[in-house]
Order: sequence, then structure tokens, then C-alpha cells
Amino acid sequence: MVKPVKTRGLADAIAEYVEDGMTVALEGFGHLIPFAAGHEIIRQGRRDLTLCRMTPDLIADQMIAAGTVRKLVASFFASGSAGSLHEVRRRIERHDPEPLEVEEYSHYGMFCRYQAAASGLPFFPLRSYAGSDLPELNPQIRKVEDPYGGAPVHVVPALAPDVTVVHAQRADRYGNVQMWGIVGAQQEVVYAARRAIVTVEEIVDEEVVRSDPNRTVIPAHAVDAVVHCPGGAHPSYVQGCYDRDNAFYRDWTPISKEPARLHAWLAEWVYGVPDRAAYLAKLGDHWPAAVAVGERLSQPVDYGRRLA
Amino acid sequence: MTVIPTSEPDDSVAVSSTEFLAAVAARELAGKGRVFAGVGLPTLAVDLAKRTVNPFLELVYESGVCGAHPEGMAEGIADSVLVSGADAVVSMQALFGYVLQRGNVDVGFLGAAQVDRHGSLNTSVIGDWHKPKVRLPGSGGAADIMPNAGECIVVLRRHDPGALPAQLDFCTSPSPVRARASDPRAVPPGHGVATVITPLGVLRRPDKFGELELAQVHPGVSVQQVRENTGWDLAVAHEVTETPRPTREDVRLLREEIDTVRLYLR
Repeated sequence: MVKPVKTRGLADAIAEYVEDGMTVALEGFGHLIPFAAGHEIIRQGRRDLTLCRMTPDLIADQMIAAGTVRKLVASFFASGSAGSLHEVRRRIERHDPEPLEVEEYSHYGMFCRYQAAASGLPFFPLRSYAGSDLPELNPQIRKVEDPYGGAPVHVVPALAPDVTVVHAQRADRYGNVQMWGIVGAQQEVVYAARRAIVTVEEIVDEEVVRSDPNRTVIPAHAVDAVVHCPGGAHPSYVQGCYDRDNAFYRDWTPISKEPARLHAWLAEWVYGVPDRAAYLAKLGDHWPAAVAVGERLSQPVDYGRRLA
Repeated sequence: MTVIPTSEPDDSVAVSSTEFLAAVAARELAGKGRVFAGVGLPTLAVDLAKRTVNPFLELVYESGVCGAHPEGMAEGIADSVLVSGADAVVSMQALFGYVLQRGNVDVGFLGAAQVDRHGSLNTSVIGDWHKPKVRLPGSGGAADIMPNAGECIVVLRRHDPGALPAQLDFCTSPSPVRARASDPRAVPPGHGVATVITPLGVLRRPDKFGELELAQVHPGVSVQQVRENTGWDLAVAHEVTETPRPTREDVRLLREEIDTVRLYLR
């Protein structure tokens, strides 16, 4: 069998795999957040998605404001130093302009959902939630007896997205994906999904990947499409490539506070650009100068080679 | 802003409420091994602790970073400065499962909108669950940290009956008391909240199944004032001490070496 080349354009990959009403996970735990893919989903006018993200971040605020999302499955509803996600809050607190269905977990609970699906299991146990109101609010969190006679534990059901999108530093054209820094739930959420799209800063030669196989977090067999998308995680960051755009995150709070400003922002920065390259060009001198990072190389390791 | 002088009697430097809370919290980390740190006030406190009372404190973050040695101040729990130069960056299963749930975290450092008498926390909603007055950030890792960390320290920026109510609007992260009440077999391994630091004093909970009691009052605060600002009939420890003021060096480190851009120091 010929090894399939999986490189695709972002618009093509989203158009082929993401349909209205699907459950879609866009993961990246404060790092490697797939903003470019989120914006492409908005541009293609997808509707009624169930969006899964442990830390919704600005991308969820933007996708919800654009009318893309019917339900949010998450474990944290703010944005680190940026504070509140005001579109999320308006939907939940005032049902403005309409309610948002929310399914809420703790971080480990959400992660265990991906891990169960990634492992082909129906559910996963964890030692959280005893005495918490979370299981009452979210009946998907259930308590079961330990069949081996220990104390009862709570379990969460497998979460298998129809499509997962993650971002990474690099991949080869077959879809062997390498990442470093905070890897979040990326491996689990890709294996959990029916289809997986990975956007990367760089497509590298197969030999580069195979020179350091431990760094391949997602092997090609779990990937359906690999997309060359430099700057695809801005305003979040990519370890060793560019830093988090903290100024942008701070600017988001006043933008998201006012629906009119938020919609003007979407019109200009999402609907108003055809793709990520145009978005980066529009950032002008800001990109990449404002988020550039210095070098801090790892020491190479020696995998060795058997002598004949 | 509450302004409190430093410990040196001849010193005219005034300390802000944030600086005071960070310095008090830092001292609580003396002798502790591994701390699960959040962002904001905990960032200041763990950094100050490492530079003063506990140089070997190991910083663990829910993003997977273990043994962080940041060259600059972190703006989030997933900041790139926490990754560069760290002892380890592990997977999420390793962090929440092996490091935390297996019992390798000594202290969890948490914030909350509400704390009750047993140290249960609300970080989810104020008001009606289904149409809340305020939608708070939710659990994040807090509901996982509470049962599994050896003990938890909570820092509150307010001390009034709204923040310390008789009844939580919602219990996100339960105390061992609530866990046991839900099922006597479900007693968590951790102590739950051992210490609550507020702008008025320090409450402690020496017994895993006991109530918080007032152990320290900050300079210029009376026991009566703390009790009046608490939503339940707050127990008072046998001996109540006055919280030592931050030292001049604490303040210098916070301003000139830790938060030079005044991100968290306001």
C-alpha cells in the first residue's frame, strides 16, 4: 500500500469534514490553540455545532458570537489573564441574544472523557466530585460502585468528537505530528475523534520526524488531514515559534463586552480576510515582531544505530 | 485600597492589599514540598516564597509543567516561560492522574468567590444555576485538586458575608465534610482547605472534618470585626495572634524583581 500524503488546504479540509450539527473539538491548553481553523469554520457558516474545549478561551467567544455554536462542553469559562469571556457570559446570564447550552466538568473530568474515547472505553473513573454540586448540574457525571469492593468513584462518559482540530509545531506530509511544550489533551482528543485535522507551523521532511520519534505525539495513522498554516495559533502561542499575544488578549475584554464591537471585529478580522495568510498580513508590523521569541535549543539526543 | 506599613517600625513604605496577601500567603509555603499553583496572587506568593522562606519549593501547574524555573513572571498557567527551563513537562494524564490524584501534591493554591465554614468552594455561579446572576469561571482543576492535594490554601480578596456565606450558592469543590456526607465511603485522601487568607485575617481548619476558626487578625483588625464580616458564627481559636507585617525585603522583591510590570500588583 502506498503511504498516503495527507497535506490539504485549510478551507478544503474544513469543508470536507465539518458539517452543521456536528460535535467538534478544538483543543490546545493555553498553547497551540487552533484559531485559524476556528475562523475558517466561522467563515464557512457552520451552524449548531457542539463545541468541546477544556478552556474555551477567545476562540469560543468568537465562534459563539458568530452563531456557530449551539452547545459548549468545557471545564473553565474564563480566559486566564484576559478575564471574562463576555459573549459566553451574556448567553448564560441573560440568554442574550439566545441561550447557550452548557455541559460542565472539571479539567480532569473533561480530559478523562477524551481519554475514554481515545482508548475505546465507555467511560473513565476519577476521584473527584464526591460532595460536589457538579453531578447534580450535569447528570453525565455519575457515581458507580467499585466492583472490587473499594469506595465508590465517579465516572464520565467517553467523548468522541465527529471532528477534532489541533495545532502543532510541525508534521511531515503523511501527518506524523510533532509538538513540544504543553501538549494538553491533543493526543487523546485526536484518537478520540472520528476525523482529525492538524494544522502546523511547518511541514518538514520525513527524515526530520524520524530523527526524533519520541517527539511524534500524534502518528499519521490517527490523522486525516495535515494543513500547513503558519501563525495558525495567533493570538495564542507556539513554543519556540512565537509567544502569546498578551496585548491582544487584554484588548479582547473591551471588544467582547460590547456586541456591536465584537461583530465589527468578526467582520474585519474573520469575514474580512480570505485566509490566515491575509490575517497575518493585516496584522502588519505587529506580526511577528511583537510576539517573537529568542532561541533556547534543547541538547540533541542520540538514538543510536546498531553496528553491522 | 488598604494600606498597611511594613514590619520595620521606622519604615514609611506602605503596602497594598495585594502585596500584603501575597506576603502572608508566601509564608504559609515554608516547609512545603510541592505546590499546585494558579495564576494571579498565587503567582506572586509562590515566587516570593521561593526567594525567601522556601528556595526548594517545587512549582506544579495544571498545564503539565513540573518544577518550573521561569525567567520572567507567568501571565497564565500555560505561559511559555513556565515551560522553558522546567524540570519536566508531562502529559495531562500524568499531571492530573499520577502527580495529583496519586497524592504527590502537598499544597493546592486556590481562589474562590465563596468559601463556607468547612472550606467548600464555589467558583461556578452566583444566583440561579440555570440563569445565574454571575457566571464564574467554573472548576478548572479546583474540583480535582481539592480532594487530592495534601491540603489547600485559599486566598480571598474580600472578607464579607457574601464571600464567606452560611450557604454556598453552588458547591464546585467540596470539603471532606461534604464528601463524607454525600457517601460515608467517599472520604477524600486530602485534608481539604486548611488555611483561608482574607484581607482581614487568617482562618485555619486544623481538623479534617472540623470548621474554620479565626487564628490570626491582620494589624488594626479586631476579632469582632472579622466575626461580623463572616456569614456564619465564626469560631475563634484558643489563641489569636496578629499577622506579622511583610518585611521591607518582601515588598522590594515583589515590586523590583517579581512583578516589575505591575501586572498583578495593583
